Amino acid sequence: MSTATAEHVDSQDEAHHHPSDRKYVQIAIILAIVTALEVGTYWMESVPGEVLIPVLMLMMVYKFFYVAAWFMHLRFDSPMFTKFFVVGLILATIVYGIMLTVFEFWHKG
Amino acid sequence: MAEAAAVSHGHGTGTGLSNNKLLMWTFLGSECLLFGGLISTYLIYRSRFGDGPAPGDIFDIPFTSVSSFVLLMSSLTMVLALSALQRGDIRNNRIWLLTTALLGALFIGGQVYEFTTFLREGLGYTTSPFSSAFFTLTGFHGVHVSLGIVMLMSLLISSFRGTLTKERSETVEIVGLYWHFVDVVWIFIFTVIYLVPSPTS
Repeated sequence: MSTATAEHVDSQDEAHHHPSDRKYVQIAIILAIVTALEVGTYWMESVPGEVLIPVLMLMMVYKFFYVAAWFMHLRFDSPMFTKFFVVGLILATIVYGIMLTVFEFWHKG
Repeated sequence: MAEAAAVSHGHGTGTGLSNNKLLMWTFLGSECLLFGGLISTYLIYRSRFGDGPAPGDIFDIPFTSVSSFVLLMSSLTMVLALSALQRGDIRNNRIWLLTTALLGALFIGGQVYEFTTFLREGLGYTTSPFSSAFFTLTGFHGVHVSLGIVMLMSLLISSFRGTLTKERSETVEIVGLYWHFVDVVWIFIFTVIYLVPSPTS
């Protein structure tokens, strides 16, 4: 068996190998901590919006991709599934980014 | 029968991937556009509350935070249900499926409570452009969670009928994808609608 074929077989095996229950619990704990941090910002009234909003967006994106990668198994499944999902995400971002610009959302803050 | 199972797991398809999973991912990609539209509409109208209550005055962040935590934890129980079935552990699969459905129902109960509180405080569906956009967005998400609960209960019934076995774990995986998607959409809604400082009257 050639090296390339062996690598292909390995990647196929890896594609079907999902994390252990312990790993899933660890991920859920991380997500819970990030959620607690997000909620904690609600009581930080002295933090200006220019700082608060990017921090909240970063935590949101982190949680979003963590769930997609681990719980939805995009990290382990075929890249084709990721492509189908990401195409929808990118399309939505572009279409509604244009829509918000047309409605002057960014000017209003 | 065995041939059909092989095709559903992607061994006999043109792409080498499961058609059912590919279809679910395509559907989820299209759902990004649906929720993107609803979220954008909310963002445009959130400052137009007229004489009605403003978002910053009416949102109960501590309560919604608990609901969000419940939905986040339901993603864990969903993935544990799949993991149990993949090991052939039918009993734990049923326990985790039921737990996921109950957590989903708890989230919906919280949403019903939130909506009725808002109504009592004078925020109806047609009170202002803000209220219409808010109820449409969160209501659509609630309908998605409710449909997910129906799917989970169907899986439980299949399990008790003996048709949900280790060989058919992909069915649970596909329902799981839908459930996790509903969770990630709420991650987005919770931050953008509730946590980002909202206008006050």
